Amino acid sequence: MSFNNLDTLYRQVIMDHYKKPRNKGVLEDGNLTIDMNNPTCGDRIRLTMKVEDQKVVDAKFEGEGCSISMSSASMMTQAIKGKDIETAVKLSKTFSEMIQGNEYDDTLDLGDIEALQGVSKFPARIKCATLAWKAMEKGLKE
Amino acid sequence: MNPYEIRKLFPILDQEVNDQPLVYLDSAATSQKPSAVIQSIEDYYRGYNSNVHRGVHTLGTKATDAYEGAREKVRKFINASAMEEIIFTRGTTTSLNIVAKSYGGAHLSEGDEIVISYMEHHSNIIPWQQIAKQTGAVLKYVPLQPDGTISIDDVKATITNATKIVSIMHVSNVMGVINPVKEIAAIAHQYGAIMVVDGAQSTPHLKVDVQDLDCDFFAFSGHKMVGPTGIGVLYGKKELLEKMEPVEFGGEMIDFVGLYESTWKELPWKFEGGTPIIAGAIGLGAAIDFLSEIGLDNIEAHEHHLAAYALERMAEIDGLTIYGPLDPMKRAGVITFNVADVHPHDLATVLDMDGIAIRAGHHCAQPLMKWLDVSATARASFYLYNTEEDIDKLVKGLVKTKEYFSNVL
Repeated sequence: MSFNNLDTLYRQVIMDHYKKPRNKGVLEDGNLTIDMNNPTCGDRIRLTMKVEDQKVVDAKFEGEGCSISMSSASMMTQAIKGKDIETAVKLSKTFSEMIQGNEYDDTLDLGDIEALQGVSKFPARIKCATLAWKAMEKGLKE
Repeated sequence: MNPYEIRKLFPILDQEVNDQPLVYLDSAATSQKPSAVIQSIEDYYRGYNSNVHRGVHTLGTKATDAYEGAREKVRKFINASAMEEIIFTRGTTTSLNIVAKSYGGAHLSEGDEIVISYMEHHSNIIPWQQIAKQTGAVLKYVPLQPDGTISIDDVKATITNATKIVSIMHVSNVMGVINPVKEIAAIAHQYGAIMVVDGAQSTPHLKVDVQDLDCDFFAFSGHKMVGPTGIGVLYGKKELLEKMEPVEFGGEMIDFVGLYESTWKELPWKFEGGTPIIAGAIGLGAAIDFLSEIGLDNIEAHEHHLAAYALERMAEIDGLTIYGPLDPMKRAGVITFNVADVHPHDLATVLDMDGIAIRAGHHCAQPLMKWLDVSATARASFYLYNTEEDIDKLVKGLVKTKEYFSNVL
């Protein structure tokens, strides 16, 4: 088994987020709730956000899914907390480019998220990684 | 029957995936195709591609003979009493939709009942949900036993005098359970209901005799039985089909066309509007020849053997849960399972690195997933070209996957 290939997917930081998800749960004082699922595989996420003055004050998620979808959700909530809507959406676009293996704006500090870059080499798993981000974009558009 | 000899007839199996020899364990999703089937489609397109049932030219006659010849092969394969009872469709989903729309639409009214089960594939749920909404009929579910089987007592308790349609899958695409559809049909008939059988997972793997089952409708797909995608069959009893209205209208299915009224062709063509799936039907005919030559009894015995072997080998793995009955005689070659602490998608990705193709997800059976109380599962499914060696590789891969995740987690 080519474990080397797998190691580019299952990076330590990803497994850390999977095992110890940040911002897990439901935001009691949130003002945006987005439910999204991946109908082809059964993954689902409920994202709650508190948005005030064009700024994501807080975000939490709960759901069921594989290591990639759940770690991506954990990293996403971590990344958008405290950011204004415009930056959060820009982050999502950058993430989307990165995950598809396209050129992306590397001036933005992606932090842990960069670990998900390896997903681009596993086309069948790209949808796992983008679920939480799609939920976030959908919520912020409302 | 020697699966190693049979493998050689499937060109796709002779390849490496991620630098490893391909181990294809996803035949319940779609089966691979032997050269004979691929060749039959190529022969049609290269040699006698033409539209059917029209024109007098030679190629048209050849194409019509091949298309109608395929229908006769299907009739014989499932032991229908007449070719009028064999309708070519796009697949099981289309076949079930025709029954729901045409038969259900004409015979259901408010308070009538449609009975299905918790293990059904979405294609045997949603057409009934839709027609129930349109007609005011009630959709009822036969519950499952703890081992995932259907008990006749539960069937008797669910079907009532108000039941008009009972529709049950012959073999579960998730748990591999073989359902007692013949007994269920007899109960349905006692109450004056008709019996519909979703045969997508049974027709490829065991001998189907629609007259023996005494079902009123039987639906299946070509692509799960070494045939091409895009072709399927709806079998229906002639006396029912004769009274039913077509669901698609247009060319090919008409008799006389007036400005405001038209009449339909006789059976089975009134249900085959538009240019039919000619290459698909010919490919399905070739698939039936292929399976018949090997013998469905041999295929069924081989799969029982593989299921028994896999159940035994997989039981060795700590933390592995198998869904459905553990008695191999109660199931076809489908094994759905989960490995503790490893999500099925992650499992499927790691196995794929080893060249092993399995399915991960909800298998188009969300109500069953809910009943099993899981969001997703992994599934390995076997067919005539699989060997004990394939199962050994799967087991080895599962053990390695467990080790890999216990290290990275």
